[in-house]
Amino acid sequence: MGKTIAEKIIEDHYIDNPHDDIHVVRLDAVLCHEITTPVAINDLVNRGKDEVFDPSKIKAVIDHVTPAKDSKTALQGKILREWALRHNIRDFFDVGRNGICHALFPEKGFIRPGYVVIMGDSHTCTLGAFGAFAAGVGTTDLEVGILKGICAFRYPATIKINITGDLPKGVYAKDVILSIISRLGVDGATNKVIEFVGPVVDNMSMEARMTLCNMAIEAGGTSGICLPDMTTVEYLWAFIKDEYASKEAALEDFVRFSSDADAAYDRIIDHDVSRLEPLVTFGYQPDQVKPVKEIEPIKVNQVYIGSCTNGRIEDLRVAAQVLTGKKISDSVRGIVVPATTDVYRQAMEEGILKIFMDSGFCVTNPTCGACLGMSTGVLAEGEVCASTTNRNFNGRMGKGGMVHLASPATAAATAIAGYITNSKLFKD
Amino acid sequence: MKNFSGSVLFLDRSDINTDEIIPAKYLTEISKQALKPHLLEDLRLDEFNARSDIEGKRAIITRANFGCGSSREHAPWALEVNGIHLVIAESFARIFRQNMFNCGMMAIELPAETIDRIFTDFYGKETQVETNFEKNVFTLTADNHRLEVSFSMTDFDRVLVESGGWVEYADSRY
Ligand code: SF4
Repeated sequence: MGKTIAEKIIEDHYIDNPHDDIHVVRLDAVLCHEITTPVAINDLVNRGKDEVFDPSKIKAVIDHVTPAKDSKTALQGKILREWALRHNIRDFFDVGRNGICHALFPEKGFIRPGYVVIMGDSHTCTLGAFGAFAAGVGTTDLEVGILKGICAFRYPATIKINITGDLPKGVYAKDVILSIISRLGVDGATNKVIEFVGPVVDNMSMEARMTLCNMAIEAGGTSGICLPDMTTVEYLWAFIKDEYASKEAALEDFVRFSSDADAAYDRIIDHDVSRLEPLVTFGYQPDQVKPVKEIEPIKVNQVYIGSCTNGRIEDLRVAAQVLTGKKISDSVRGIVVPATTDVYRQAMEEGILKIFMDSGFCVTNPTCGACLGMSTGVLAEGEVCASTTNRNFNGRMGKGGMVHLASPATAAATAIAGYITNSKLFKD
Repeated sequence: MKNFSGSVLFLDRSDINTDEIIPAKYLTEISKQALKPHLLEDLRLDEFNARSDIEGKRAIITRANFGCGSSREHAPWALEVNGIHLVIAESFARIFRQNMFNCGMMAIELPAETIDRIFTDFYGKETQVETNFEKNVFTLTADNHRLEVSFSMTDFDRVLVESGGWVEYADSRY
C-alpha cells in the first residue's frame, strides 16, 4: 500500500509515538508573529526556560498590527523584538521589512517540500502549497515548538481533491477554493489534510496554490497541500541553486515527497471547474457561497484587497487590470494592502499602485490590518465590506460589520460599481 | 488536575468560532486574566446574555464544530480564567480541541444523539455535571432528573490532563 505525501512527511520526521495515533515529529521551522508568540515567550520566561531549540530555525515577524497602533500592540512588538535579539534569531522582520507571515516566509525562501512547520496562526496551512506539512497551532504547541523543536499530530488522514476542467477566464483560485469549501462544509475536513491535485492545480502559479491552501482551514483542514513540481522548484530556485546541480536534480529530490498512486485516502473528490463562476459569500460562514450574479445587488461601504489569501502581486495585478482608467464609487472606501514589503515595491515599480491611487484607493503598508478587525479599515456597526480575505465571521472586520469574501477581480469591480458585481474579466 | 465538575452552560448552536469565544480586539492582551470579562461577548445566540449566563458555570455543553476559526489559544484561556475547564460537544475544530488538552483542560466529543438527548432533557434547567475521570462517566443532574453518559478519551489526552498540559509533558519527556 502506498502513502500520501502527508504520511510520508510525518514518517520522515518521526520522533515518538507516545499514545494512540499521536506522532511527535521534528520541526524544520517554527514561525512566529507578535499576537500569539508573546504569551508563549512570557510563559517560558516564567518557567525559567527562556530558551529556543535552534535560533536558525525560528522565523519571526511583526505583521498583525504594524506599525503599532497603541501601547498594547507596541508592547507585543517589543516582547517579540527583544526576544529575537536576545536569542540571536536573525530572521526577524520588523516594520519597513515586514509583511503578512504566510506571504513573507515563502517569499524569503524559508519553506521546502517535505518540511514540517508550525505557527501560532490558523492560516499556516498556506505553506502546504510547497508540498510541506504546515499546520496552525495554539500558543502551547508553539511554546513547545520553540523550546524543543517538536510537535504532536494525529497520523494524517487525507482528502484528495482532484481539480479538473478548464478554469474559465475571470475565475480564479479564490473562486475555486470557495467552491470547494461550500462543497465540504466548514467542518468537512476537520483533522484531515486536503490534498489539491489535478490539471488545474498543475497549471497554477505558486501564488494561486497558496490561495487554495490558505483556506483549507475554513473547511476545518489541518493543512492544505499541493505536490511539488517544476513550478515549486522555479519559485524556490533562487534559494536552493547552490544546493542542487540543476533544477531537474532539485525536482528529483523534492518528489520524494509526493503521493503514491495507490495511497489510501479518506475521500477522493473530483471537482470540475469548467463551469465555475466568480463566487462570493453571503452569510457569516465561509461555506455560504453563491455565484456573484445570483445574489441580490448588495451595496458595500468598503472594499478591502489584501491579506494572506489575496494580497500577493498576482492578486494586485488582476485588480489593477479591472481598475485601469476607472474611478471607484463615491460611496466606497477602497483599501489595498500589499501583503509584503517586496510586493509593495514590485507593485510600485509595475505602476500598479498608481492605478489603485488614480482610481481612488487608499494604499496602506503591508499588515494584517482590517482582515481581523484590528486596524487600517475596521468596519462600523451595520457596514458592509467586499473583501479578498478568508473569514466572514460575524464581527471579524469590526463588530456589527458584514464581510463578503470574493476574489480580487470581483472586489475591484465591486469598488467601481458600489455594489457586489462581476468584473469585466469574466464573460458569461 | 483541574476541576471538571459543576454548573453547566448550554450553547445551543453549531460552528461557534473563536472570534465569538473571544473577539480579536482582546488579542492584544498578554495576560490571561484580562480576558475574563470578555468571554463569549460577541456570541450570536438568542436569549444568551454573556454577563449573567456565564457566572458560576463550570462546563459548557454545545453542538458541532465548536472552536472553529482562528487558532487563538485565548479562547481556551478565556474559558479557563472563568473557571470553565470542560467543554462537551458533538465535535470540535482541531486546533481548539488540541489547545484545550494542551492546557490540561477537557474537550470531549459525544455522539450527536447523546447531545440531542442532553439538550432535550436538560436545556433550560439548572444542570450540574459530575465528571468521573477514572471511570469515564459524566453524571448530569437537574431537579429530579439524572443521566449517566460514558465518554471516551485517548490515552494521550488523558496524560495531558493528568500532567497539567503539553509543556509539562513534553518538557519531562523530550
Ligand atoms: S491576513 Fe488575516 S488571515 Fe492572514 S494571517 Fe493576517 S489576520 Fe490571519
